Amino acid sequence: MRMVYLDNAATTPLLPEVREAMLPYLGEAFGNPSCLHDWGDKARGAMEEARSQVAQLIGANAEDIIFTGSGTESNNFAIKGLALAQQNKGKHIVVSAIEHFSVLHSAKTMEKLGFEVSLVPVDKSGVVDPHDVEHATKKDTILISIMHANGEVGTIEPIAEIARIARKNKVVFHTDAVATAGTIPVDVNELGVDALSLSGNQFYGPKGVGALWVRKGVRIMPLLDGGVQEGGRRAGTENVPAIVGLGKAAQVAQASMPARIKHLTQLRDRLLTKLPAKIDHVVVTGHPKNRLPGNASFCIEFIEGESMLMLLNMQGVAVTSGSACTSRALKASHVLIAMKLSHAIAQGSLLFSFGLDNTAEDVDHVLEVLPPIVDRLRQMSPLYSKFTKQTKEAK
Amino acid sequence: MPVYSEKVMDHFMHPRNVGEIENPDGVGEVGNPVCGDMMSFYIKVRDNRLADVKFKTFGCGAAIAVSSIVSEMATGMTLDEAMKITPRLVADELGGLPKNKFHCSNLGHEALQKAIKDYRSKTKTKGGAK
Repeated sequence: MRMVYLDNAATTPLLPEVREAMLPYLGEAFGNPSCLHDWGDKARGAMEEARSQVAQLIGANAEDIIFTGSGTESNNFAIKGLALAQQNKGKHIVVSAIEHFSVLHSAKTMEKLGFEVSLVPVDKSGVVDPHDVEHATKKDTILISIMHANGEVGTIEPIAEIARIARKNKVVFHTDAVATAGTIPVDVNELGVDALSLSGNQFYGPKGVGALWVRKGVRIMPLLDGGVQEGGRRAGTENVPAIVGLGKAAQVAQASMPARIKHLTQLRDRLLTKLPAKIDHVVVTGHPKNRLPGNASFCIEFIEGESMLMLLNMQGVAVTSGSACTSRALKASHVLIAMKLSHAIAQGSLLFSFGLDNTAEDVDHVLEVLPPIVDRLRQMSPLYSKFTKQTKEAK
Repeated sequence: MPVYSEKVMDHFMHPRNVGEIENPDGVGEVGNPVCGDMMSFYIKVRDNRLADVKFKTFGCGAAIAVSSIVSEMATGMTLDEAMKITPRLVADELGGLPKNKFHCSNLGHEALQKAIKDYRSKTKTKGGAK
């Protein structure tokens, strides 16, 4: 059976050259980078090289990169650490309604600690209006966090514009760039942000490693106290092999970015145009143009995502869905609901996220196996039979 | 994939009794898209027994399997017997359901009971069962 992995938004595979770069640090080069002997030097040297590689990827200074254990940790650190460090200036935080849970739930925690949180809405394409951010900003606002792009629907946000508003109001601005760093050009100075999160497993690096960049001079309170690793901002012996992998992945991503974008955009557009032509009553979710190169997300009306996902899996196709039934919490994707899609339509969510290994034949495979699955589930669906009866009566 | 039993997968892949009944004796609809699952049951009654049970379901693998097995269990039962089908019985018949699917997707018995009540309320007004 043809196996087609289209869930690169969940995680990308590890590049062979990244794995190769990591191997010595899982073997003989096992030293602790804090130690002063040769073993320590070797590990520290590799870690500092990785720090430069990650910094170069986002146009930053290496000394301002803090390695973390994941994109989620980076976001937790940013929201909690930046808010706690600025709390003498105010207690108000602004985030968008479509942020990743690691931002939204961190904001909720800050609310419990006495901070006030405003959620900025999005339009039906998932775009944050900078004016809404401006309106939400108050005298005591100390932190704004808006994601660079949403991995679920692919929409890229106007970060540079929002950054100007933040700067005008002297508010620290963080962006969650987990879906973009290593995928599309990200430059902290062009974006004008003060802090930025990224994660290794989104661009062919290892899992369990991320980074938070914080602009020099912006204060952040550590969440992990202990030794003086990462400039005293994140204690704990660093995960050297993963950090080396992250650095290598960043270097390769930077070098091959234009070619990768071209490849992924072709696959994405092939599916975005051909799927709605093959299946009726399909809604493309996210922004039609301004979206991540590998993201093709849809809602297929009248049927539910988990059953589609299971039947696709049986055909060797791996995708994901934002339907309530798919989530462990049994709630429809907050992103789709924030985009004002009805619960019934959000239930039919399917996300195809392309990677470097995918080909046009993979897209064609989906176009071949998905329509019969949709037909079969629609024949079973009471919503579809109601719809067909109504259209018959209307005629 | 969610951890579904072999029997759930069988009923999901090969659901029995999918469809609608023309001029049904009773119809029962439960669920809504917010919780994720919707089921419509259609019944035909002969001599106080379920002669035919059909369903249409919008929902996850568990919801489809639940509908299918309920339709299979209920066919041939007397109305009183069918009214006694519980979610626990349905889950047991399916070889178990994942914990988080037990409540939200296990609505087949409710839809069936609604269809039977619908039939009973209609026959009451018409006077006498078929």
